Amino acid sequence: MSAINWFKYAAPQTFYPLAGRLIPWLYVIATLLALAGIYISFVIAPTDFQQGEAYRIIFVHVPAAWMSMVIYLAMAFWAAIGLVFNTRLSSMMAQALAPTGALFTLLALVTGSLWGRPTWGTWWVWDARLTSELILLFLYIGFIALRASIDSPQRADRATAVLAIVGAVNVPIIYFSVRWWNTLHQGASINMSSAPKMAVTMLTGMLIMALASWVYSIAVTFVRVRCIILERERHAGWVRQLEEVKS
Amino acid sequence: MSQLTVNNLACVRGDRLLFKNMSFALSAGELLYVRGENGAGKSSLLRILSGMLIPEQGSVLWDGRDVINGNEQYRLDSLFISHLNGLKDDLTLVENLRFSSYLATQSSQASQISDALGAVKLEAYAHERVGSLSQGQRRRISLARLWLSRARLWLLDEPFSALDVASVDLLAKRLQQHLQDGGMAILTTHQHVDIQAAVVHELKIAR
Amino acid sequence: MIAFLIEVVRRDLLLAVRRPADAGTVLIFFVVVASLFPLAGNPDPVVLGNIAPGVLWVSALLACLLSLPRIFSGDYADGSLEQMVIAPQPLSVLVLGKIVVHWLISALPLVLLAPVLGLQYGLQGEPLFVLVLSLLLGTPTLSLIGAIGAALTLGSRGGGVLVSVLVLPLYIPVLIFGAGAVVASQAGLEVQAYVMLLVACFLLSLVVAPWATSIALRIALE
Repeated sequence: MSAINWFKYAAPQTFYPLAGRLIPWLYVIATLLALAGIYISFVIAPTDFQQGEAYRIIFVHVPAAWMSMVIYLAMAFWAAIGLVFNTRLSSMMAQALAPTGALFTLLALVTGSLWGRPTWGTWWVWDARLTSELILLFLYIGFIALRASIDSPQRADRATAVLAIVGAVNVPIIYFSVRWWNTLHQGASINMSSAPKMAVTMLTGMLIMALASWVYSIAVTFVRVRCIILERERHAGWVRQLEEVKS
Repeated sequence: MSQLTVNNLACVRGDRLLFKNMSFALSAGELLYVRGENGAGKSSLLRILSGMLIPEQGSVLWDGRDVINGNEQYRLDSLFISHLNGLKDDLTLVENLRFSSYLATQSSQASQISDALGAVKLEAYAHERVGSLSQGQRRRISLARLWLSRARLWLLDEPFSALDVASVDLLAKRLQQHLQDGGMAILTTHQHVDIQAAVVHELKIAR
Repeated sequence: MIAFLIEVVRRDLLLAVRRPADAGTVLIFFVVVASLFPLAGNPDPVVLGNIAPGVLWVSALLACLLSLPRIFSGDYADGSLEQMVIAPQPLSVLVLGKIVVHWLISALPLVLLAPVLGLQYGLQGEPLFVLVLSLLLGTPTLSLIGAIGAALTLGSRGGGVLVSVLVLPLYIPVLIFGAGAVVASQAGLEVQAYVMLLVACFLLSLVVAPWATSIALRIALE
């Protein structure tokens, strides 16, 4: 049966050393990608004729906004797998993804606000994108707060999974409703997506930065999963055999 | 004939392993005492058997079919009375029993309910609210469900606590009747109560 | 199944009727909160008219939120919930029954009182009618989604506040469509789209919420 192989990697004691070996490489790849992305976005990409140099913050803002959504979906996916198949590792993945996702959401909000100041002269606009990011941040906070309030890790896994699934069903509705609301109250709204005209170099820069964020997210998530494994399985025999635990 | 089979059960609460490799079987007319110190895992075992708690490992089979993850037949065939009475203070005795009987058996006949209240000697309070009764009386209402039950397997968590001598006797007789009729019972208790049964098992959960 | 639903509704209604103060508190909360905004700001009729849809909707939403923990906390504390979860009867039907009662006891009175508060804010004619209609269609969704949050926070620390953190972001679409309908009607626009969206939200949550709530209840009782 091929399914058995999958479950082998789903076991924490197999995953722990595997992730440990991968993490340094992931960090190297993330750094190289980030350096390349920063070079393209700050040196090669041309200055925008309308916004000047300030627009360059999109090379952080847009990838951060993408990551915040992708990570929420990934988190809901792993949580759902954990709930349905009762696999410990997937729930740990969901738990480990949450802080990174929340961080990227916060980053998207802060960079959006920093972008707004020189461009539109205000720190905050009730624009559809920023508002949706804000609500996404609330969803992340809810996920983290629910976990923090439940003592038993197994119960917390399952409860947060239900919340993540309900949240994931809701995210598209929230996005739609916020856009709808935004088109009605055109007052302060500025459409960010069409602000700078997208040149090919800009798109490349953004994509490479997004890839760098992606690899970085995987790396820190693995680091966090390893910590969670050690914490939760500290009574298991194989954890006590580990060199780093013995010393 | 029905049979309950428990294979290789393991239970973890928080950080602690309460028990592992627990296996036993129970057939019609058999009684099982679960013994152990406080916190040994007696209540957790009953909660697993009731289908509320998912064990870390192992399986519970009812007539060869898995109980964990929902088994309609088992839910009809089993009755769990935990240390909580599950009564609403704002409802009368009859209203309380009516709903719990409906939940467990999909029917609730007034005559049966008044018979059950008579059996636990509470018919005089039938239309009073539970809020005004004493602890022992509440326990008795909760146990009146045993007189309404058609379940074959009874899971009773400390059924004798807070009961006076007469009520303990009453409950012991009801249990005996149930076992004679081919039922099964699993109970945890600190008291020594004499219950006649064809086969009496004892399970000790050690630390 | 229908018979069981009716049985659950009957029991919970009986419980609610025997504790009328609970429902009353929610209603008073709604009135008090809605009355605070003019005091905190400008009682000018034009300003009030502008903020009326948002303020009344947010007040109703908060009042609804306040009553959420009560859906399951009583049954959880006295052990009734244990019996419900292991009963042969379908748990999602039971959950639906309890949600129906929550709506009847905690939300419907708000809807019925809303016209009075609307008048206080100077709403008249069609906007007033749309306010009541939007609350009537929106509050069932609030009860449905709220039940998930109430079940998830059972037995966890800091229940009440945590429910708000979990549930409020999920309430946003209903708030937008509900208050938006009133705004649109004030501007003399067609409100049909809003009504449809509110109904769609209701139908979707009717499918998801009883199921998610049942799972959450089983988790809470582990």
